[in-house]
Amino acid sequence: MQVLLETREIKSNAIKFLAPIVIILLALTAAACPLLWMRVNPLAAYTSIISGSCGDIYGISETLVKAVPLMLCGLAVAFPLTANRWNLGAEGQFIMGAFGASAVALSMPQLPGMILLPLMLIGGFAAGAFWGWIPGILNVRFNISEIIVSLMMNYIAVNWVSYLVYGPMRDRHAYSNFPFSPKFVQHAWLPRIIQGTRLHLGIVFAVLAAIILYVIIQKTRFGYEIRMVGANPRSARYGGIDTAKLVVLTMAAAGGIAALAGVGEVAALHHQLRRDIAVGYGYTAIPVAMLGKGHPLGILVSSLVFAALLVGGSNMQQDFGVPVALVSIIQALIVLFVVAGETLQKYRIRIVRGS
Amino acid sequence: MYRDTDDRFGENIMTPLVKMQQIVKRFPGLTANDRVDFEARKGEIHGLLGENGAGKTTLMNILYGLYRQDSGEVSFEGQPVQIDSPRHALELGIGMVHQHFRLIPRLTVLENVVLGLRPEIGVERQGPGRLTSVRRKFFQIFGLDTKTAETRVIELAERFGLKIHPHAKVWELSVGEQQRVEIIKALYRNAKLLILDEPTAVLTPQEVDRLFDMLQTMAEQGYTIILITHKLNEVLNACHRITVLRNGRLVSTVDSAESTQKDLAKLMVGREVLFHVDQEASTAGEEILHVDHLTVLNDKGLEAVRGASFSVHEGEILGVAGVSGNGQTELIEAINGLRRVESGKISFRGKEISNAPPRQIIEQGVGYIPEDRMNVGLATSMTITENMLLKHQSSSQFNRGWFLDKTAVKKAVERLVKAYDVRTASINIPVGRLSGGNIQKIILAREISRHPQLLIASQPTRGLDVGAIEYVQTLLIEQKRQGKAILLISENLDETMRLSDRIAVIYEGEIVRILKTKDTNRREVGLIMAGGLKD
Repeated sequence: MQVLLETREIKSNAIKFLAPIVIILLALTAAACPLLWMRVNPLAAYTSIISGSCGDIYGISETLVKAVPLMLCGLAVAFPLTANRWNLGAEGQFIMGAFGASAVALSMPQLPGMILLPLMLIGGFAAGAFWGWIPGILNVRFNISEIIVSLMMNYIAVNWVSYLVYGPMRDRHAYSNFPFSPKFVQHAWLPRIIQGTRLHLGIVFAVLAAIILYVIIQKTRFGYEIRMVGANPRSARYGGIDTAKLVVLTMAAAGGIAALAGVGEVAALHHQLRRDIAVGYGYTAIPVAMLGKGHPLGILVSSLVFAALLVGGSNMQQDFGVPVALVSIIQALIVLFVVAGETLQKYRIRIVRGS
Repeated sequence: MYRDTDDRFGENIMTPLVKMQQIVKRFPGLTANDRVDFEARKGEIHGLLGENGAGKTTLMNILYGLYRQDSGEVSFEGQPVQIDSPRHALELGIGMVHQHFRLIPRLTVLENVVLGLRPEIGVERQGPGRLTSVRRKFFQIFGLDTKTAETRVIELAERFGLKIHPHAKVWELSVGEQQRVEIIKALYRNAKLLILDEPTAVLTPQEVDRLFDMLQTMAEQGYTIILITHKLNEVLNACHRITVLRNGRLVSTVDSAESTQKDLAKLMVGREVLFHVDQEASTAGEEILHVDHLTVLNDKGLEAVRGASFSVHEGEILGVAGVSGNGQTELIEAINGLRRVESGKISFRGKEISNAPPRQIIEQGVGYIPEDRMNVGLATSMTITENMLLKHQSSSQFNRGWFLDKTAVKKAVERLVKAYDVRTASINIPVGRLSGGNIQKIILAREISRHPQLLIASQPTRGLDVGAIEYVQTLLIEQKRQGKAILLISENLDETMRLSDRIAVIYEGEIVRILKTKDTNRREVGLIMAGGLKD
C-alpha cells in the first residue's frame, strides 16, 4: 500500500471557505489531548473559552480590544506578501508606533486634542514606516533578505524603548519606580467607543485599514503592479514596473500599519509608554495572516479568532486552573494545521493498494 | 537478467504491446483527450504528433500513471491494466523520459540510475556464512553494492551504443548525455516501452542524429518507443508509424513510409500550411532605431556586446543571425533598458534611450517579444486578463480615477483573445495552464496592440508547432507592411533568411557584417556566423 499526494485540478470555493473552519476544529480536537491529560473535560474548557470571549459585553469588548492590534499587525504581515516579501517585523514596527505617538503626546501637550491625536497617529505611522523601510531598502539595494532584517529590527526596537523608559523618558515625578513614561494629557487619549469597556476607536481604524488595503490590492493600478511583482519580478520589470520602488513602498506602508496598532495601545489603553506594551502581537500576527490567507478581509476574521482564544484562554485558566500556556499550544496547533491544510488544499491524498 | 529476452521479444511483431481505447481526460474548462484510441506494437518507433496543446503529453502521462483517465481502457501485453502510479508503470515495463530531466546534478550517473531502487544482491555474493548475510543486510539497507549496478549500466550502455561514464557527475554532462542517463535509468528498471517527451527540443543537430541511431538500435532489439513531438521531419525520419492528435482527438494513424510533410502538417493543423510565408521586397523608410558602438556586459561582468552598430528602418525587418550566446540576449536587453549600457549610444527616432528606465522605453513605442516567455514575458500564476494588461496598466483607457476600469479591460482582452485566436475556456484562468502557442499569442497580442514603432522579436517561433510558426511569421510580415520597424533575433537561420530584408551577423558580441538578404545566401551567412569572416 502506498500513500500518494496528487495535485488537485479543481479548487472548489467550498473547500476554500470551509478549510479554515475545519483547520480550527482539527486543532481544537488535537488540543483536547493535553486537556484530557490534565483531567479537564475539553468540552467544558472550550465552553469556558467561548463564554469568556463572547459570553457577555465584557468578553466581547475585550476580544475586540485584543483583535485590533492583531488585525493591524496581521495586515502588516500580509500586505508585503502580495509582493512576495516577508515582513516578520510587525512587533518592532508596533513598538516604534507606540514610541512615535508617545513622543508626540509628551512633547506637545499644549496642543488641543483635535490636532494632537492626528499628529500622534502621523508620528507613530512615520516611525513604524521608517522601521519597515529599512529592511525594504536593504532588500532592493543590496539583495539582503528582508526576512532576517525585519526580524532583527524587532530587537532593536524593544531595546530602544527599554532605554527610553528607563532613561530619558522615565516619569521622574511618579511615586512608583516602574519603567514607565509620564501619563499623557487627557486630551491625548483616544476615545473609547462604549463606556465602561476598553473598546476604543482603534477598531474603526483597523477595519478601515483592511478595507482600504483590499481595495488597493484588488482594484487599483498600484495593487496590480504589486501583485505582478509578487507573481514574477522579471516580467514586472519587463513590463516597465519599478519593482524596487514598489517593494520599498510596500514594506514601509506595512511598517506604518503595524505602527498604528502601537499608537492605539498607548493612546487608548495605557496612556503612557511602557516597556511591556509589546506582548507578542507582532509575532501572533504571522499565523493570523496565514489563517486569513493573506487576504485583508480574511485577516479581520482570523484576528478575531486569535483574540477570542487569548481572552477566553484566561477565562479557562480561572475556571479550571489550567495554565494559560495551553492557549499558546492551541494557537501553535492551529498554525501547524494551517500549514498542513495548505498542502491538503493543493493536493489530494490517494491511497494505492497493492503496489 | 536477460535470460528471457529472446522469448519475450520473439513473438509476432505485429501484436500491440500497448493499447489505449476511448481514453477521455478532462481538465477544468477543456477536454485534453476526447475518446482517443492509440496502440503501439513491439519493436516499433511510434511517433505521437500534434500541435502544442493537442493532448499528446496528457495521453502519455495517463499511460505512465501520472494522470488517471476519466474513462477508457488501457491494456498492456494483452492484459487490461489500471496504471496508478509511475512506479506501477515501471513495474509493468513502461518508462518515460520527460522534457525536463529528473536527475540530481550533484550525484553521479550511477547514483542517479539506482536512486530509489532496492539493491539486488549479486549471486556471487550470496555465499553461505554469517558474515555474508550480515553484509547482505548492510547492503540492502544502505544500498552500497554499486559494483553489480555498475556492471549492468556499462552493459546496457554498450548494448545500445550509449557512451556514458558511470562515475561522472551529472552536472558535468551535456544535455544530450543527461538524456542518455535518463534513458539508461528507464532501461535499468527493465522498461520494454520507452516514452520520450519532445526529446529533441534541447539537443543539437548532431545529438539528435545520435539519439535516433540509438532508438533505432533499441527498436531492432525489440523495444518499443513512443516519441512525442511536433516536429514533422523527425517523425518522418525516425518513426515507423505516426499517430496524429488534434484538439484532444485522434485524427489518424499513418505509416511514415507512405506520408509526406505536407500530409502530416495538414492532419496536424486541419488545413493546408504554408511552409514559406511570402516575403515581398519592400522599400525601407525613416530610421527608427540606431545603435552606435554599443558595449554591454553579461552577468559575469564580461563584455558580451562589443562596439555593435546598426540601424533599423520603418517597414523593414532586420534579422540578427548568430550562434546563440554571442551577445544577442544582452544586446536586446540593453535596448529595452533591462541591462546597463556601458558605452555607446542607442537612439529611438532620433532620441537617446540608453539606460532609460524600461517604462520610458515602452511608452515611447518599443514592443518586445522576449525569448523567455514563461519567465520574462508573463507571470504564469496570473490570469490571461492580468497578463494582457501588463504594459497597458498606466493607459488612460484602462484607468478611471484611482481605479482600474475592469469593464474596459475585460472588453479589450476579450477582443484581443478573439482577434489573435487564443484558445481558452475563460480569460480568467492562469496563463500557465495554456499551451506554448497560446502563450505566445497572448504576448503577441499584448505587444502588437500597443502599436509600437519598433518591435523586437526574440526567438518568436522557438518551440512552437508549424501552425503557430506560420501564424507568428505572417504576423511579423504584416506588421512590417504596416510600416513598423522589426528587429528579429532567431537561432533558426532559415527563418532569419526568409523573413529579413537585411541580416546583421553577430559573432562574439560584434556585428561582423550587415548583408542584404537578396545578395547573400545561407552558406555565406553560416560561414560568417561561425567566425569565418571576421575582419
